[in-house]
Amino acid sequence: MIRRLFVILLLLGLGGVFAGLVAGYSPDDTLNLTARYYADHTAQDIGAANIVTAIIVTYRGLDTLGEVTVLFLTAAIVGLVLAQSRRKADAPQRPLPPSGELLTTGTRLLVPLILLLGVYVFVNGHLTPGGGFQGGAILASAVLMLLLTDPLLRIGHGLIAAIESTAGLLFVGIGVLGIVLAGGFLDNRILPIGDLGNLFSAGAIPIIYSIIGLKVGAEFSSMLATLAETEDL
Amino acid sequence: MAPLMAYIALTTGFVLILIGLYGALTNRNILRMIVAFTVANTGVNLVMVAIGYLHGRTAPILDAAVPVEQAAALIIDPLPQALVLTAIVIGVGVTALMLAYAYRLYETKRTLDISQYTELKW
Amino acid sequence: MTPMLIGMSLLLAVTMVVAGVLATRPSQALSISILAAGLVSLLASVQFLLLAAPDVAMTEAAIGSGLTTFLFFFVLGRIRGGDRD
Repeated sequence: MIRRLFVILLLLGLGGVFAGLVAGYSPDDTLNLTARYYADHTAQDIGAANIVTAIIVTYRGLDTLGEVTVLFLTAAIVGLVLAQSRRKADAPQRPLPPSGELLTTGTRLLVPLILLLGVYVFVNGHLTPGGGFQGGAILASAVLMLLLTDPLLRIGHGLIAAIESTAGLLFVGIGVLGIVLAGGFLDNRILPIGDLGNLFSAGAIPIIYSIIGLKVGAEFSSMLATLAETEDL
Repeated sequence: MAPLMAYIALTTGFVLILIGLYGALTNRNILRMIVAFTVANTGVNLVMVAIGYLHGRTAPILDAAVPVEQAAALIIDPLPQALVLTAIVIGVGVTALMLAYAYRLYETKRTLDISQYTELKW
Repeated sequence: MTPMLIGMSLLLAVTMVVAGVLATRPSQALSISILAAGLVSLLASVQFLLLAAPDVAMTEAAIGSGLTTFLFFFVLGRIRGGDRD
Protein backbone atom coordinates (compact mmCIF):
# COMPACT_ATOMS: atom_id res chain seq x y z
CA MET A 1 0.00 0.00 0.00
CA ILE A 2 3.05 2.26 0.31
CA ARG A 3 3.11 2.18 -3.48
CA ARG A 4 -0.40 3.56 -3.76
CA LEU A 5 0.51 6.29 -1.27
CA PHE A 6 3.41 7.35 -3.50
CA VAL A 7 1.15 7.39 -6.54
CA ILE A 8 -1.39 9.54 -4.76
CA LEU A 9 1.31 11.92 -3.53
CA LEU A 10 2.71 12.21 -7.06
CA LEU A 11 -0.71 12.89 -8.52
CA LEU A 12 -1.46 15.43 -5.78
CA GLY A 13 1.71 17.28 -6.73
CA LEU A 14 0.81 17.11 -10.40
CA GLY A 15 -2.73 18.23 -9.57
CA GLY A 16 -1.25 21.21 -7.74
CA VAL A 17 0.79 22.14 -10.80
CA PHE A 18 -2.30 21.80 -13.02
CA ALA A 19 -4.38 23.89 -10.61
CA GLY A 20 -1.72 26.57 -10.79
CA LEU A 21 -1.83 26.45 -14.58
CA VAL A 22 -5.62 26.80 -14.65
CA ALA A 23 -5.53 29.64 -12.11
CA GLY A 24 -2.83 31.43 -14.11
CA TYR A 25 -4.60 30.99 -17.43
CA SER A 26 -5.59 34.32 -18.88
CA PRO A 27 -7.56 34.08 -22.11
CA ASP A 28 -6.25 36.22 -24.95
CA ASP A 29 -8.47 38.73 -26.67
CA THR A 30 -6.56 38.77 -29.93
CA LEU A 31 -4.56 36.27 -31.92
CA ASN A 32 -0.89 35.94 -31.16
CA LEU A 33 1.72 36.86 -33.77
CA THR A 34 2.00 33.45 -35.47
CA ALA A 35 -1.74 32.89 -35.65
CA ARG A 36 -2.24 36.40 -37.00
CA TYR A 37 0.29 35.69 -39.74
CA TYR A 38 -1.56 32.53 -40.72
CA ALA A 39 -4.92 34.31 -40.66
CA ASP A 40 -3.69 37.20 -42.81
CA HIS A 41 -1.54 35.36 -45.33
CA THR A 42 -3.20 31.99 -45.93
CA ALA A 43 -5.71 33.30 -48.47
CA GLN A 44 -3.14 35.04 -50.70
CA ASP A 45 -0.19 32.71 -50.24
CA ILE A 46 -1.77 29.27 -50.03
CA GLY A 47 -5.30 29.77 -51.30
CA ALA A 48 -6.82 27.20 -48.95
CA ALA A 49 -10.08 28.09 -47.24
CA ASN A 50 -9.33 25.80 -44.32
CA ILE A 51 -6.42 27.38 -42.47
CA VAL A 52 -5.71 24.23 -40.43
CA THR A 53 -5.19 22.35 -43.69
CA ALA A 54 -2.89 25.09 -44.96
CA ILE A 55 -0.78 24.76 -41.80
CA ILE A 56 -0.66 20.97 -41.91
CA VAL A 57 0.09 20.55 -45.61
CA THR A 58 2.17 23.59 -46.45
CA TYR A 59 3.40 25.77 -43.58
CA ARG A 60 4.31 22.70 -41.53
CA GLY A 61 4.40 20.18 -44.34
CA LEU A 62 7.68 18.75 -43.13
CA ASP A 63 6.02 17.88 -39.79
CA THR A 64 3.36 16.01 -41.70
CA LEU A 65 5.98 14.10 -43.65
CA GLY A 66 7.51 13.13 -40.32
CA GLU A 67 4.12 12.19 -38.99
CA VAL A 68 3.30 9.81 -41.82
CA THR A 69 6.80 8.37 -41.43
CA VAL A 70 6.12 7.70 -37.75
CA LEU A 71 2.83 6.10 -38.71
CA PHE A 72 4.57 3.98 -41.33
CA LEU A 73 7.16 2.88 -38.78
CA THR A 74 4.40 2.01 -36.33
CA ALA A 75 2.59 -0.11 -38.89
CA ALA A 76 5.88 -1.78 -39.83
CA ILE A 77 6.81 -2.51 -36.20
CA VAL A 78 3.34 -3.88 -35.43
CA GLY A 79 3.73 -6.16 -38.43
CA LEU A 80 7.22 -7.19 -37.34
CA VAL A 81 6.30 -7.84 -33.70
CA LEU A 82 3.29 -9.89 -34.68
CA ALA A 83 4.95 -11.65 -37.62
CA GLN A 84 5.43 -14.92 -35.72
CA SER A 85 1.93 -14.80 -34.30
CA ARG A 86 0.14 -14.86 -37.62
CA ARG A 87 -2.62 -17.37 -37.78
CA LYS A 88 -1.66 -20.24 -40.08
CA ALA A 89 -3.99 -20.71 -42.98
CA ASP A 90 -4.84 -24.27 -41.91
CA ALA A 91 -4.60 -23.77 -38.16
CA PRO A 92 -7.44 -25.21 -36.12
CA GLN A 93 -9.91 -22.45 -35.60
CA ARG A 94 -12.42 -22.29 -32.82
CA PRO A 95 -15.80 -22.40 -34.48
CA LEU A 96 -17.09 -18.95 -35.24
CA PRO A 97 -20.75 -18.09 -35.30
CA PRO A 98 -21.68 -17.01 -38.81
CA SER A 99 -21.92 -13.27 -39.36
CA GLY A 100 -25.53 -12.20 -39.38
CA GLU A 101 -27.45 -11.52 -42.55
CA LEU A 102 -27.75 -7.89 -41.51
CA LEU A 103 -23.99 -7.42 -41.15
CA THR A 104 -23.17 -9.19 -44.41
CA THR A 105 -25.70 -7.30 -46.51
CA GLY A 106 -25.01 -4.07 -44.69
CA THR A 107 -21.30 -4.39 -45.40
CA ARG A 108 -21.90 -5.07 -49.07
CA LEU A 109 -24.07 -1.94 -49.23
CA LEU A 110 -21.93 0.30 -47.07
CA VAL A 111 -18.33 -0.42 -48.04
CA PRO A 112 -18.47 1.41 -51.41
CA LEU A 113 -20.27 4.33 -49.78
CA ILE A 114 -17.73 4.51 -46.96
CA LEU A 115 -14.87 4.48 -49.47
CA LEU A 116 -16.61 7.26 -51.39
CA LEU A 117 -17.04 9.30 -48.19
CA GLY A 118 -13.38 8.83 -47.35
CA VAL A 119 -12.32 10.08 -50.78
CA TYR A 120 -14.74 13.02 -50.51
CA VAL A 121 -13.33 13.97 -47.12
CA PHE A 122 -9.72 14.08 -48.26
CA VAL A 123 -10.34 15.65 -51.65
CA ASN A 124 -12.22 18.52 -49.97
CA GLY A 125 -9.70 18.88 -47.16
CA HIS A 126 -8.72 22.40 -48.21
CA LEU A 127 -12.33 23.66 -48.20
CA THR A 128 -14.16 21.94 -45.37
CA PRO A 129 -13.17 20.34 -42.07
CA GLY A 130 -11.45 17.06 -42.74
CA GLY A 131 -8.55 15.98 -44.81
CA GLY A 132 -6.08 13.22 -45.40
CA PHE A 133 -5.93 11.85 -41.87
CA GLN A 134 -9.67 11.75 -41.33
CA GLY A 135 -10.32 10.45 -44.84
CA GLY A 136 -7.63 7.80 -44.39
CA ALA A 137 -9.25 6.66 -41.16
CA ILE A 138 -12.60 6.43 -42.95
CA LEU A 139 -11.03 4.31 -45.71
CA ALA A 140 -9.56 2.06 -43.03
CA SER A 141 -12.98 1.69 -41.42
CA ALA A 142 -14.22 0.16 -44.69
CA VAL A 143 -11.49 -2.47 -44.33
CA LEU A 144 -12.56 -2.84 -40.70
CA MET A 145 -16.14 -3.63 -41.80
CA LEU A 146 -14.85 -6.28 -44.20
CA LEU A 147 -12.82 -7.82 -41.37
CA LEU A 148 -15.83 -7.80 -39.05
CA THR A 149 -18.01 -9.54 -41.61
CA ASP A 150 -15.51 -12.27 -42.33
CA PRO A 151 -12.95 -12.71 -39.53
CA LEU A 152 -11.02 -15.22 -41.64
CA LEU A 153 -10.61 -12.79 -44.51
CA ARG A 154 -7.02 -12.21 -45.55
CA ILE A 155 -6.44 -8.68 -46.71
CA GLY A 156 -3.83 -8.50 -49.46
CA HIS A 157 -0.81 -7.09 -47.68
CA GLY A 158 0.96 -6.75 -51.02
CA LEU A 159 -1.71 -4.36 -52.27
CA ILE A 160 -1.61 -2.34 -49.05
CA ALA A 161 2.18 -2.13 -49.20
CA ALA A 162 2.08 -1.08 -52.87
CA ILE A 163 -0.44 1.72 -52.18
CA GLU A 164 1.50 2.80 -49.10
CA SER A 165 4.91 3.01 -50.76
CA THR A 166 3.63 4.58 -53.98
CA ALA A 167 1.86 7.26 -51.97
CA GLY A 168 4.97 7.86 -49.89
CA LEU A 169 7.17 8.24 -52.96
CA LEU A 170 4.65 10.55 -54.63
CA PHE A 171 4.47 12.67 -51.47
CA VAL A 172 8.24 13.16 -51.39
CA GLY A 173 8.31 13.61 -55.19
CA ILE A 174 5.79 16.45 -55.03
CA GLY A 175 7.80 17.95 -52.19
CA VAL A 176 10.93 17.92 -54.35
CA LEU A 177 8.97 19.38 -57.27
CA GLY A 178 8.20 22.26 -54.93
CA ILE A 179 11.93 22.96 -54.63
CA VAL A 180 12.38 22.86 -58.42
CA LEU A 181 9.29 24.78 -59.54
CA ALA A 182 8.34 26.95 -56.57
CA GLY A 183 9.74 28.35 -53.35
CA GLY A 184 10.79 25.29 -51.39
CA PHE A 185 10.15 21.76 -50.22
CA LEU A 186 6.41 20.91 -50.30
CA ASP A 187 5.50 24.36 -51.64
CA ASN A 188 1.98 24.07 -53.01
CA ARG A 189 2.41 26.71 -55.71
CA ILE A 190 3.60 24.25 -58.32
CA LEU A 191 0.00 24.41 -59.55
CA PRO A 192 -2.05 27.63 -59.93
CA ILE A 193 -3.60 28.76 -56.68
CA GLY A 194 -6.96 29.49 -58.25
CA ASP A 195 -9.98 31.08 -56.60
CA LEU A 196 -10.47 30.69 -52.89
CA GLY A 197 -13.23 28.18 -52.20
CA ASN A 198 -13.10 26.24 -55.46
CA LEU A 199 -12.40 22.52 -55.53
CA PHE A 200 -9.50 23.11 -57.93
CA SER A 201 -7.68 25.69 -55.88
CA ALA A 202 -4.91 25.92 -53.32
CA GLY A 203 -2.29 24.63 -55.72
CA ALA A 204 -1.11 21.14 -54.93
CA ILE A 205 -2.88 20.85 -51.57
CA PRO A 206 -5.76 18.62 -52.78
CA ILE A 207 -3.23 16.30 -54.46
CA ILE A 208 -0.90 16.17 -51.47
CA TYR A 209 -3.79 15.61 -49.07
CA SER A 210 -5.21 12.83 -51.27
CA ILE A 211 -1.83 11.13 -51.24
CA ILE A 212 -1.65 11.50 -47.46
CA GLY A 213 -5.17 10.08 -47.24
CA LEU A 214 -4.25 6.99 -49.26
CA LYS A 215 -1.06 6.51 -47.27
CA VAL A 216 -2.73 6.89 -43.89
CA GLY A 217 -5.61 4.66 -44.97
CA ALA A 218 -3.19 1.96 -46.08
CA GLU A 219 -1.21 2.22 -42.83
CA PHE A 220 -4.28 1.99 -40.59
CA SER A 221 -5.64 -0.88 -42.70
CA SER A 222 -2.36 -2.72 -42.35
CA MET A 223 -2.38 -2.25 -38.55
CA LEU A 224 -5.98 -3.47 -38.28
CA ALA A 225 -5.38 -6.43 -40.58
CA THR A 226 -2.20 -7.47 -38.76
CA LEU A 227 -3.90 -7.35 -35.38
CA ALA A 228 -6.93 -9.20 -36.75
CA GLU A 229 -4.83 -11.95 -38.31
CA THR A 230 -3.09 -12.96 -35.09
CA GLU A 231 -3.89 -16.38 -33.71
CA ASP A 232 -6.01 -17.01 -30.66
CA LEU A 233 -4.13 -17.41 -27.41
CA MET B 1 -18.60 34.34 -17.49
CA ALA B 2 -17.16 35.03 -20.86
CA PRO B 3 -14.29 32.54 -21.29
CA LEU B 4 -16.03 29.87 -19.22
CA MET B 5 -15.97 27.35 -22.07
CA ALA B 6 -12.18 27.35 -22.18
CA TYR B 7 -11.98 26.96 -18.39
CA ILE B 8 -14.39 24.01 -18.43
CA ALA B 9 -12.45 22.25 -21.18
CA LEU B 10 -9.11 23.04 -19.53
CA THR B 11 -10.23 21.64 -16.17
CA THR B 12 -11.78 18.55 -17.77
CA GLY B 13 -8.58 17.92 -19.68
CA PHE B 14 -6.40 18.19 -16.57
CA VAL B 15 -8.77 15.96 -14.57
CA LEU B 16 -8.70 13.36 -17.36
CA ILE B 17 -4.88 13.43 -17.37
CA LEU B 18 -4.85 12.81 -13.61
CA ILE B 19 -7.45 10.01 -13.88
CA GLY B 20 -5.51 8.38 -16.70
CA LEU B 21 -2.17 8.58 -14.87
CA TYR B 22 -3.72 7.20 -11.69
CA GLY B 23 -5.19 4.30 -13.66
CA ALA B 24 -1.90 3.63 -15.47
CA LEU B 25 0.10 3.67 -12.23
CA THR B 26 -2.22 1.60 -10.03
CA ASN B 27 -3.60 -1.04 -12.41
CA ARG B 28 -1.63 -4.23 -12.78
CA ASN B 29 -3.26 -5.51 -15.95
CA ILE B 30 -1.32 -4.34 -19.01
CA LEU B 31 -4.43 -3.81 -21.15
CA ARG B 32 -5.98 -1.69 -18.40
CA MET B 33 -2.83 0.42 -18.27
CA ILE B 34 -3.07 1.01 -22.03
CA VAL B 35 -6.75 2.01 -21.69
CA ALA B 36 -5.76 4.46 -18.96
CA PHE B 37 -3.07 5.91 -21.21
CA THR B 38 -5.61 6.61 -23.95
CA VAL B 39 -7.78 8.45 -21.42
CA ALA B 40 -4.79 10.61 -20.42
CA ASN B 41 -4.03 11.15 -24.12
CA THR B 42 -7.55 12.50 -24.70
CA GLY B 43 -7.07 14.81 -21.73
CA VAL B 44 -3.86 16.27 -23.17
CA ASN B 45 -5.58 16.92 -26.50
CA LEU B 46 -8.47 18.64 -24.75
CA VAL B 47 -6.08 20.93 -22.84
CA MET B 48 -4.25 21.93 -26.00
CA VAL B 49 -7.40 22.75 -27.95
CA ALA B 50 -8.79 24.70 -24.99
CA ILE B 51 -5.65 26.87 -24.90
CA GLY B 52 -6.19 27.88 -28.54
CA TYR B 53 -9.82 28.84 -27.97
CA LEU B 54 -10.74 32.51 -28.01
CA HIS B 55 -14.14 33.53 -26.76
CA GLY B 56 -16.79 34.51 -29.29
CA ARG B 57 -14.78 33.52 -32.33
CA THR B 58 -15.34 30.88 -34.94
CA ALA B 59 -13.46 28.02 -36.58
CA PRO B 60 -10.43 28.87 -38.77
CA ILE B 61 -12.17 28.23 -42.09
CA LEU B 62 -12.56 31.10 -44.53
CA ASP B 63 -16.05 31.23 -46.05
CA ALA B 64 -18.96 33.63 -46.41
CA ALA B 65 -19.15 34.12 -42.63
CA VAL B 66 -15.40 34.78 -42.34
CA PRO B 67 -14.24 37.14 -45.11
CA VAL B 68 -10.51 37.15 -45.77
CA GLU B 69 -9.97 40.77 -44.71
CA GLN B 70 -11.47 40.31 -41.23
CA ALA B 71 -10.15 36.79 -40.68
CA ALA B 72 -7.68 37.83 -38.00
CA ALA B 73 -10.49 39.33 -35.92
CA LEU B 74 -12.94 36.45 -36.33
CA ILE B 75 -11.10 33.15 -36.09
CA ILE B 76 -9.50 31.24 -33.24
CA ASP B 77 -5.88 30.16 -33.15
CA PRO B 78 -5.42 27.44 -35.83
CA LEU B 79 -1.98 26.27 -34.69
CA PRO B 80 -2.98 24.21 -31.61
CA GLN B 81 -5.58 22.50 -33.77
CA ALA B 82 -2.97 21.44 -36.29
CA LEU B 83 -0.74 20.17 -33.48
CA VAL B 84 -3.57 18.22 -31.82
CA LEU B 85 -4.46 16.65 -35.17
CA THR B 86 -0.93 15.31 -35.36
CA ALA B 87 -1.05 14.22 -31.72
CA ILE B 88 -4.25 12.21 -32.22
CA VAL B 89 -2.86 10.33 -35.21
CA ILE B 90 0.43 9.58 -33.47
CA GLY B 91 -1.55 8.60 -30.35
CA VAL B 92 -3.38 5.81 -32.15
CA GLY B 93 -0.07 4.62 -33.58
CA VAL B 94 1.43 4.44 -30.08
CA THR B 95 -1.65 2.62 -28.81
CA ALA B 96 -1.39 0.06 -31.61
CA LEU B 97 2.28 -0.50 -30.74
CA MET B 98 1.51 -0.98 -27.05
CA LEU B 99 -1.25 -3.44 -27.93
CA ALA B 100 1.05 -5.45 -30.20
CA TYR B 101 3.66 -5.67 -27.43
CA ALA B 102 0.96 -6.62 -24.90
CA TYR B 103 -0.12 -9.45 -27.18
CA ARG B 104 3.44 -10.71 -27.49
CA LEU B 105 3.97 -10.48 -23.74
CA TYR B 106 0.82 -12.49 -23.18
CA GLU B 107 2.12 -15.03 -25.67
CA THR B 108 5.30 -15.59 -23.64
CA LYS B 109 3.82 -15.86 -20.13
CA ARG B 110 0.08 -16.26 -20.61
CA THR B 111 -0.63 -13.51 -18.17
CA LEU B 112 -1.23 -9.79 -18.41
CA ASP B 113 -0.26 -9.08 -14.80
CA ILE B 114 2.66 -6.66 -14.97
CA SER B 115 4.07 -7.90 -11.65
CA GLN B 116 4.73 -11.31 -13.22
CA TYR B 117 7.20 -9.80 -15.65
CA THR B 118 10.24 -9.61 -13.40
CA GLU B 119 13.11 -10.19 -15.84
CA LEU B 120 14.09 -6.54 -15.99
CA LYS B 121 13.41 -5.85 -12.33
CA TRP B 122 16.28 -5.01 -10.01
CA MET C 1 -27.18 30.73 -26.97
CA THR C 2 -24.10 30.99 -24.80
CA PRO C 3 -25.72 29.68 -21.58
CA MET C 4 -26.94 26.65 -23.50
CA LEU C 5 -23.46 26.02 -24.89
CA ILE C 6 -21.96 26.34 -21.43
CA GLY C 7 -24.57 23.98 -20.01
CA MET C 8 -23.80 21.45 -22.72
CA SER C 9 -20.10 21.86 -22.14
CA LEU C 10 -20.55 21.26 -18.40
CA LEU C 11 -22.70 18.19 -19.04
CA LEU C 12 -20.08 16.82 -21.42
CA ALA C 13 -17.32 17.53 -18.92
CA VAL C 14 -19.10 15.70 -16.09
CA THR C 15 -19.93 12.71 -18.31
CA MET C 16 -16.36 12.55 -19.55
CA VAL C 17 -14.95 12.50 -16.03
CA VAL C 18 -17.43 9.79 -14.98
CA ALA C 19 -16.61 7.72 -18.07
CA GLY C 20 -12.89 8.26 -17.42
CA VAL C 21 -13.22 6.95 -13.86
CA LEU C 22 -15.24 4.00 -15.20
CA ALA C 23 -12.52 3.29 -17.75
CA THR C 24 -9.72 3.12 -15.20
CA ARG C 25 -11.43 1.31 -12.30
CA PRO C 26 -9.83 -2.11 -11.86
CA SER C 27 -13.07 -3.77 -10.74
CA GLN C 28 -14.75 -3.08 -14.08
CA ALA C 29 -14.92 -5.71 -16.82
CA LEU C 30 -12.22 -4.96 -19.36
CA SER C 31 -14.65 -4.64 -22.26
CA ILE C 32 -16.62 -2.04 -20.31
CA SER C 33 -13.39 -0.16 -19.61
CA ILE C 34 -12.52 -0.09 -23.31
CA LEU C 35 -15.99 1.12 -24.23
CA ALA C 36 -15.82 3.81 -21.53
CA ALA C 37 -12.47 5.02 -22.89
CA GLY C 38 -14.07 5.16 -26.35
CA LEU C 39 -16.92 7.17 -24.84
CA VAL C 40 -14.45 9.66 -23.33
CA SER C 41 -12.96 10.09 -26.81
CA LEU C 42 -16.35 10.50 -28.47
CA LEU C 43 -17.51 13.09 -25.94
CA ALA C 44 -14.18 14.88 -26.30
CA SER C 45 -14.88 15.19 -30.01
CA VAL C 46 -18.20 16.93 -29.25
CA GLN C 47 -16.32 19.16 -26.82
CA PHE C 48 -13.85 20.01 -29.63
CA LEU C 49 -16.78 21.00 -31.83
CA LEU C 50 -18.03 23.36 -29.12
CA LEU C 51 -14.50 24.79 -28.92
CA ALA C 52 -14.73 25.70 -32.65
CA ALA C 53 -12.30 22.99 -33.78
CA PRO C 54 -14.22 20.91 -36.36
CA ASP C 55 -11.04 19.42 -37.87
CA VAL C 56 -9.91 18.06 -34.53
CA ALA C 57 -13.44 16.87 -33.77
CA MET C 58 -13.53 14.80 -36.97
CA THR C 59 -10.10 13.32 -36.31
CA GLU C 60 -10.91 12.43 -32.74
CA ALA C 61 -14.24 10.84 -33.73
CA ALA C 62 -12.81 8.80 -36.61
CA ILE C 63 -9.40 7.87 -35.21
CA GLY C 64 -9.35 8.37 -31.46
CA SER C 65 -12.76 6.97 -30.79
CA GLY C 66 -13.40 4.60 -33.70
CA LEU C 67 -10.16 2.91 -34.68
CA THR C 68 -8.62 2.79 -31.19
CA THR C 69 -11.64 1.00 -29.73
CA PHE C 70 -11.54 -1.60 -32.47
CA LEU C 71 -7.79 -2.13 -32.05
CA PHE C 72 -8.45 -2.86 -28.37
CA PHE C 73 -11.24 -5.27 -29.20
CA PHE C 74 -9.16 -7.15 -31.75
CA VAL C 75 -6.47 -7.76 -29.12
CA LEU C 76 -8.98 -8.48 -26.37
CA GLY C 77 -10.71 -11.00 -28.63
CA ARG C 78 -7.44 -12.87 -29.18
CA ILE C 79 -6.34 -12.89 -25.57
CA ARG C 80 -8.68 -15.20 -23.73
CA GLY C 81 -8.63 -14.93 -19.99
CA GLY C 82 -6.78 -11.63 -20.21
CA ASP C 83 -9.60 -10.09 -18.25
CA ARG C 84 -8.30 -11.78 -15.11
CA ASP C 85 -5.78 -9.66 -13.32
